[in-house]
Amino acid sequence: MTPVLEVKNLSTHFMTRRGILKAVDDVSFTVGEREIVGLVGESGSGKSITGFSILGLVDPPGRVVSGQILFNGEDLLKMSPGAMRTIRGKRIAMIFQDPMMTLNPVLSVATQMIETVQAHDRVSRTEARARARDALGLVGIPSPEERLDSYPHQFSGGMRQRVAIAIALLHRPDLIIADEPTTALDVTIQSQILFEIKRLAAEFGMALIWISHDLGVVAALADRIMVMYAGRIVEAGQVDGVLTAPRHPYTSGLLSAVPAAVPRGEPLRPIPGFAPSPLSRPSGCAFRDRCARATDICATEPIRSIAADREFRCFHPHLWSAA
Amino acid sequence: MTVFVIRRFLQSIAVLCVTAVIVFIGIYAIGDPAEMLISPDASPAERAQVVASLGLDKPLWEQFFTFAWNALHGDLGRSFVFNRPSISLIFERLPATLELTLTGLVFALLLGIPLGLLSGLKPNTATDEVIMTGSIFGFSLPSFWQGMMLIMIFSVWLGWLPSTGRGQMGEFLGLRSSLFTLDGLTHLILPAINLSLFKLSLVIRLTRTGVRETMPLDFVKFARAKGISERRIVFVHVFKNILIPLITVIGLELGSMLAFAVVTETIFAWPGIGKLLIDSIMRLDRPVVVAYLLVIVSLFIFINFVVDVLYSLVDPRVRLGGAQ
Repeated sequence: MTPVLEVKNLSTHFMTRRGILKAVDDVSFTVGEREIVGLVGESGSGKSITGFSILGLVDPPGRVVSGQILFNGEDLLKMSPGAMRTIRGKRIAMIFQDPMMTLNPVLSVATQMIETVQAHDRVSRTEARARARDALGLVGIPSPEERLDSYPHQFSGGMRQRVAIAIALLHRPDLIIADEPTTALDVTIQSQILFEIKRLAAEFGMALIWISHDLGVVAALADRIMVMYAGRIVEAGQVDGVLTAPRHPYTSGLLSAVPAAVPRGEPLRPIPGFAPSPLSRPSGCAFRDRCARATDICATEPIRSIAADREFRCFHPHLWSAA
Repeated sequence: MTVFVIRRFLQSIAVLCVTAVIVFIGIYAIGDPAEMLISPDASPAERAQVVASLGLDKPLWEQFFTFAWNALHGDLGRSFVFNRPSISLIFERLPATLELTLTGLVFALLLGIPLGLLSGLKPNTATDEVIMTGSIFGFSLPSFWQGMMLIMIFSVWLGWLPSTGRGQMGEFLGLRSSLFTLDGLTHLILPAINLSLFKLSLVIRLTRTGVRETMPLDFVKFARAKGISERRIVFVHVFKNILIPLITVIGLELGSMLAFAVVTETIFAWPGIGKLLIDSIMRLDRPVVVAYLLVIVSLFIFINFVVDVLYSLVDPRVRLGGAQ
């Protein structure tokens, strides 16, 4: 399988007054064709910044300081801003977290969709409008022709997220980066959107990076899962494998903190402590202060261990006899 | 929309009535116009005759109701001083002030919005610092001093532009204005700049703040993620959002520019309405003052109405009308 996206040693740092903030630190992963990859982590773990780095949308004072982002073999980091603009929205699309904020409140849905079509394809307004209408229909918005002339505030949150998805689908991109697209929605709407995206990704053969802090959502959706902690990917592998037999202590900690994963009646076990401030991360493994398995060696940098279809960064991984 | 217009119209009438009462009583309280109008050596008989002819011998409430009754019939009274209808005095002078104010406003917008955008898009750069420092001067230096400096530099030292009067007027589509002759334009430049400097600073700052507040919003980032060009993001996505506060403030400021162009008109001897007002207050020429204020209040009401309509055009979330 040829990868659509290949990220190699990506580091994105924020040059703040109080020092360098390593939001994304030496992250490598690949996304195959038609593959759905879940990127999981808590707030501030760098998962969103990873998404923005791929699209070249990191705002100053943040900057991608090193690495390669190969998209269909071409390094996005070496592209001119003009060339990058032809990729964004056309080949790689993004869906944001808060549907209330992603649509411009003073422009009609038609305007915001037509401009997206016309930013990449030289087509007439009429044709662009027709494509916009079809996309709205595709994501399950009833009577799309009339809804086109509505403004964002006339849609509910779930409907707005559908509009955002429709915009992302306009050019049938090779890859969609979805940054917690269901977090701000009601649970019932959440599962509808989830189902919708999964269906559309399969229908159009799109690869998907699903950024989320919700393990349950990722378990239901993704083929592969990557767990991020303090700017690094600490564990990655097939969803079933990682969720049933986590190797990294952080992953297992996350799992025993999920209500649905713990047997009824048993207490949840939160991970003790807090994620370290990104400005003052300890050397070596950033998780070691919260880790029951940590020893002195954890003060040195754990390297990526790649075993079978799993990789992790840990000196003391869980061992599963079945594996 | 119809409901909105009717309601607004009724409110306006109430505002006009209240203004009329307050101004009428206020001017009455300041002093007796007879003292100013009648020469000290007039005989008591002559004096009584003049007072009676102006209706000043009647009690205040009767004077007011005579005024109100006439006003309802479209007559705002005759000037004590000029013995002409006060409204025609005002409408003679109003075009000069309108011309000055609108030119000033256009100048403030044409220069202020681009400078504000420039400043907001490149914050904390040298360009931004220069523009911001300039706008502080525009804000803090008093208008009369700015006016005198303009005359000093451009009329006295450089001799480029005339410093007083309105110059020749041309006629275009039935409108007489200094805008239509070269001479008129040269006369207009300095007073218009003087009047607009403060507003220019205001527009720059409003625009800059708007840009700074709007650029980090999610929809801007989403627009980038869609591959929209930076130019379209600034001039369509961001600008249309900035227009909302801009229109509010400009509407209010246009009214105050009209009403308080006095300083500029005095410095540049511009034959506008502000000068007429000052003279009329000095002479306690009540009909002119009352009529002037009613005209200005009407203008304010009209401008605010236009602002509300513009709102609904710019911001789809605003729908004019009753509760729905």
